This record gives sequence, structure tokens and C-alpha cells, in this order.
Amino acid sequence: MSRLLVCPPDFFGIEYEINPWMRLSNRVDHERAVSQWHTLMRIFEQELGVVLERMPPIPGLPDLVFTANAGVVIGQTAVVSRFRYPERQREETHFEQWFCAQGYEVMTVDAGLHFEGAGDLLGWADTWFGGYRQRSDIGVYPILGERFHREIIPLELIDRRFYHLDTCLCPLSGGELLYFPAAFDHYGREVLAARIPTERHLVVPEDEALKFACNAVCVEKHVVLPAGCPTTEGLLQERGYDTHAVQLDEFMKSGGSAKCLTLALD
Amino acid sequence: MSTYHETVVLQGHIIDSLILAKVLDRIVMMGGTFDLQDVNIGKTREQSSSARIVIRAASKALLDEILNAIQPHGASIERGTDCRTELVPDDGILPDTFYATTHLPTQIRIAGRWLDVDRIEMDLAIVVNEEGSAAHAIPMGDVRRGDRVIVGREGIRVIPLQRPQERDVFGFMESQVSAERPHGHIIADIATRMRQLRERHRQGQTDAKVLLAGGPAIIHAGGRDALTWLIEQGFIHILFCGNALAAHDMEADLYGTSLGYKLTGGQPLPHGHEHHLRTINRIRTIGSIEAAVHSGIVKQGIMAACVRQTVPVVMAGTIRDDGPLPGVITDSVHAQQAMRALIPGVGLALLVASTLHSIATGNLLPATIPTVCVDINPSVPTKLADRGSFQAVGLVMDAGSFLTEVGRTLGRPV
Repeated sequence: MSRLLVCPPDFFGIEYEINPWMRLSNRVDHERAVSQWHTLMRIFEQELGVVLERMPPIPGLPDLVFTANAGVVIGQTAVVSRFRYPERQREETHFEQWFCAQGYEVMTVDAGLHFEGAGDLLGWADTWFGGYRQRSDIGVYPILGERFHREIIPLELIDRRFYHLDTCLCPLSGGELLYFPAAFDHYGREVLAARIPTERHLVVPEDEALKFACNAVCVEKHVVLPAGCPTTEGLLQERGYDTHAVQLDEFMKSGGSAKCLTLALD
Repeated sequence: MSTYHETVVLQGHIIDSLILAKVLDRIVMMGGTFDLQDVNIGKTREQSSSARIVIRAASKALLDEILNAIQPHGASIERGTDCRTELVPDDGILPDTFYATTHLPTQIRIAGRWLDVDRIEMDLAIVVNEEGSAAHAIPMGDVRRGDRVIVGREGIRVIPLQRPQERDVFGFMESQVSAERPHGHIIADIATRMRQLRERHRQGQTDAKVLLAGGPAIIHAGGRDALTWLIEQGFIHILFCGNALAAHDMEADLYGTSLGYKLTGGQPLPHGHEHHLRTINRIRTIGSIEAAVHSGIVKQGIMAACVRQTVPVVMAGTIRDDGPLPGVITDSVHAQQAMRALIPGVGLALLVASTLHSIATGNLLPATIPTVCVDINPSVPTKLADRGSFQAVGLVMDAGSFLTEVGRTLGRPV
């Protein structure tokens, strides 16, 4: 049974601009955002049988809703994020407190290094990919690789619109990789080509990548992804995945979608 | 060429992720060069790898640009420590743990700044001035009580030679000792260098001097006229030799013999073995080689050419010398000092037909000076390389043929 950490969008909104998607002028329809979030939660709980852990929202922290950036959970250890931008650094203590209260062993990376949790670190049991350059520093991956005895392949993110790795790459439970190649340089694309057999590459077209088709949550043979990505859904269905499209455009105003709104706990 | 460099460390899964390749590509694309050192590849997929990379750039600004560009990919500047120094306890005595130099370009770190070590030479110590603003290599015997000398190995870096841009025989930077190899192209490359250096020397440029260290076989083997011509034409700027080369050269002028044998016909002359002794005695009577040349007693030959061209000559004596000639330095430490004093400014060293003088000179030369060792006996260039002068190009051939061929290539009328 999967468990995901989520945070209700009570205080979600756009209060600053720290990525190319955020525009202070582009106001969030709060009621609509709340409704979209609840639809997403209903799918997780009722259709996928996922257990949701809800952490309390905090006024003044509009992005706390994006729990993917709380940190990353490996077994009983939670590596808590160290955000690049001061706007989100205020979230760190809340995430840390929550992990402590739940009995996790809390770990942080070296002072001076940025790490934005499961937003930049994702993969399969034996191989992880670490996005760097935009938010997380490459220097955290050798530390985490050594601590958890895993191989972490750093991938440079070269397009500011895809500022976290989970905005352009999604490893699927069957070993396939859903991703948008143009978010990576040729070294990154070569690494992915060498690592994953071509027939397992699910290449998302640009228009759907810009709708954050890759910001999907895969639970066994189910994939929850933003609405408006029919090509991606087709690719997934061909591989035997059940797709669950959810309208999440209010959260896209902030540069986040399904995956950003969740953190896998085990 | 003076270059700026910095050592960085790259760690993690840098091989499969192509991060190492990306960093190296970036360095080269930006106009820098690198030496990849200490690459440790993880033995399993989970184990990380690491690499030390020495980055070089032609300017400080370019080096900084490169460092800025590669730091986001995880390249971190190696945290170094300053070098350590100790005071010399007594004249001519080094502290127990003194750092012994190589003949490669060397830098030491003082107060976080890297400083070039001047006058580098193998097997010496490094002395630092009181302000910590200058350092130079120093022989054991030359240190004075209270000098600050480098000890230990921290804060010292030895810089491997860069492949020279010239694509000639010196570009291989390795001792090639074989009697089987064709000599023609090596001699052509040496002649080209000598022609360029003569031009640069005439223009007053630095590091343009050609040093020749030679033994008396040059005279016996018939290289005397060619070497005389090379000196007269301004191709040789410093001569290191012993008592014998000078004695036989002047014997040839005064008696037409070398060790008593007629240089033209080759037949021994009656009492010819005395000629070199009589020559030495004659010069001793006159007082100096310079006076013998200026007074017209010695008219032709290598020594006469050196005097007329004001080519400095260091004659180092040995225990088997007759005489010796005036000017031969019989204290070997003083001889070494006199030779060492002439090394700065040398741009090419020719070590010809002398085990003793070739190896003694080789030991004084920094690795950056292109060096040729010519000897009919292959063990001489081999021995020179074994003593650390790996930059020397070995040429197994007769000294007379070598000098004649170099002269011919440079336009000497035959």
C-alpha cells in the first residue's frame, strides 16, 4: 500500500515569482484550486487505494502544498530539503518538524548546498537520477549516494521552465521512462539512452511537456497526470497503464502539478 | 609559456553520468587544457568515482571563467594547505625532512598563494625569502644558517611538462636511445631549433642560448672544425668541457695532432704523446687561453673561436687531468656553481661525447630545456635518462659525424 504526504491548499496562492511559470498578476482562483486538489486526493484514495498523510497548512507559506519538495524519504530516513530561494526556505522547519513527529530519522545535507527533495531526486530502487543546476546542487548527490548506497546519476536541467527534475522526467513502475528530452543537454540524453533501452523511452511531445505531462504520479499500473495530455495518455495506455487525468491548471500557475503535490513516503 | 592552473576535484557518479566528460569538454571548449590525475573508478554501481583535474589556462581571467563554468557541475577547487618551512640549523646543513626537488616546474603555496620556484633543478632544496614572496632551488652546500627551507610535501606542486607546440623531435619528450633509428630527421630538427635560437639570441630574446657540453672525442672523431664553425657563426653560446677538450683542441692548432696522432693522416708522430703536455705547459707559460689566443699563439679551433666570440667556457677539472690548463676549475663544487650560474637563459642543450660532462650538465638542467645527448656509446644517453633527465633526446652516433652533419645542415661549406 502506497503512502503519500500531502498538504491541503488552504493558503495556496502566488505571492512571489521564483520560476518562469509564476506571475503575481496571474491570480489563483482559490475555490477552483481547492476543488482540483480534492479531486486529485479522491482519485488517490478511492481509485488507487493510496493512504494519504495530511500535514497542516501554514498561513504565509503558499507553496507548502508542493510536498514533493519537503525532502526525500528513504526507509526510515527523511532527508529534508534546503531550498535555493529564501521564499521557500521558510518551509524547511515545518517539513522537518513533521518528519520528526512521525518518527523519521531526519538528515540534512551540508550547509551551503541546496537540495529540493523528491522534486529533483527520483528513480527506481537501484538507480536514481538527480536533477541539478536550477535548484539542487550536484554536490548533494555524492553525499546521498554514499549514505544510501545507491547510484545517483546527475542530470543537468537546461531549460528554466523545467526547473525540477520531476517536471520533465518520470520513472514508471514497469521500468519505462516518461520524459521530455529537450529539457536535458546531449550528455543527459546520451546517459538516458545508454541506461534505458529505447523501447522503454516514452517521449512526451513539447506541448504536453509544457502542461507538465511528466509531473505524473505512478502507483503500480496507475498513472495520475494533468488533464490535456492525450498523446502521453496514449503512450501510457499502450504500455498497459491506467491513466487518470486531473485538471490541475490552478497549480500550473505556480509551476506545479500532480507529482509536485505529493511526496512518496514508502 | 607561463600558464595559470588550479586543481579541482570531481566526485560522485561522474563516469556513467558523463559529468566528467562534460567538465573536460567544457575546459577544452573554453580554451583551457587539463591533466587528468588520480581517477578512481567505483568498483560497483553504488560506489562513486573521483577525479583530480589540473586545469591550465593562458590567463588568470580565462582560468577563473573556466572554474566558474565547471563549478556548477561539481568541480570543487582542491583545498590545499600552505607549505611548511624550517630554519637551516647550520651552514650547508638542511633540516632532516627537507623537500628534495625534481627538475620539473614547481610551485609552493604560501599564505594561500602559489609561488613559482625559480632556478629549478633536480635534487636541490627550496629556500624562501623572509617575506615569503620569492623562492628558489638551492644546493645543499649553499644554504646558510637561518635560511628558510621547505620541509615535508604539503603545499608543493610539481607541474608535468606540457607538450610543446612544435611538432619536432623534442615534442615527444622522451629519451629515444637507439642506434637503429635514422638520425637524419633528428639532426634536421636540432638544426632548425639552432637556427631559430640564433635569430632570437641576436634579437636579445630570453632563453635563446645554446649550450654545448662536450668531451675530447669531439677532437679525435673529427668534429673540431665543425664545432669551431658553429661557434664562429654564433650557433653556440656557452661551452662546458674539461681540461682534455681544450688541451687537444689547442694541441691540434699547435701540433696538428690529437693525443699525438696526426689529425689529417692519422699516423702517430714520434713523441706525439707529449704534444698535449707541451700544449698545456705552453698555455700555462702564457698565463691563460685568452692571452694565448689574443697574442696569436693559438690561432684556430674551438677555444680560439670561444675567445673571439666571447662565448663563456666553464672547464671543470677531474682527478686524471694533466696540468691542468689555466682556467680549469679543480674544485668540483666551484665548477658546479660556475656551470649552474650559466644555465639561466639556455634554450637548447647539446651534450656531446662525454659521460661525465653530459650527466653533470643534465643534472643542472630544468626539464623544460630541450636537451640532446649524443654519444657513440648507448649507455650514456640511457644513463642520463636513468638519472632523471627524461627530456633528453638520445642520439647514438659519433660526435664528429654529428657536428659535421649539424654544420652541413646549417650551411657550413664542405
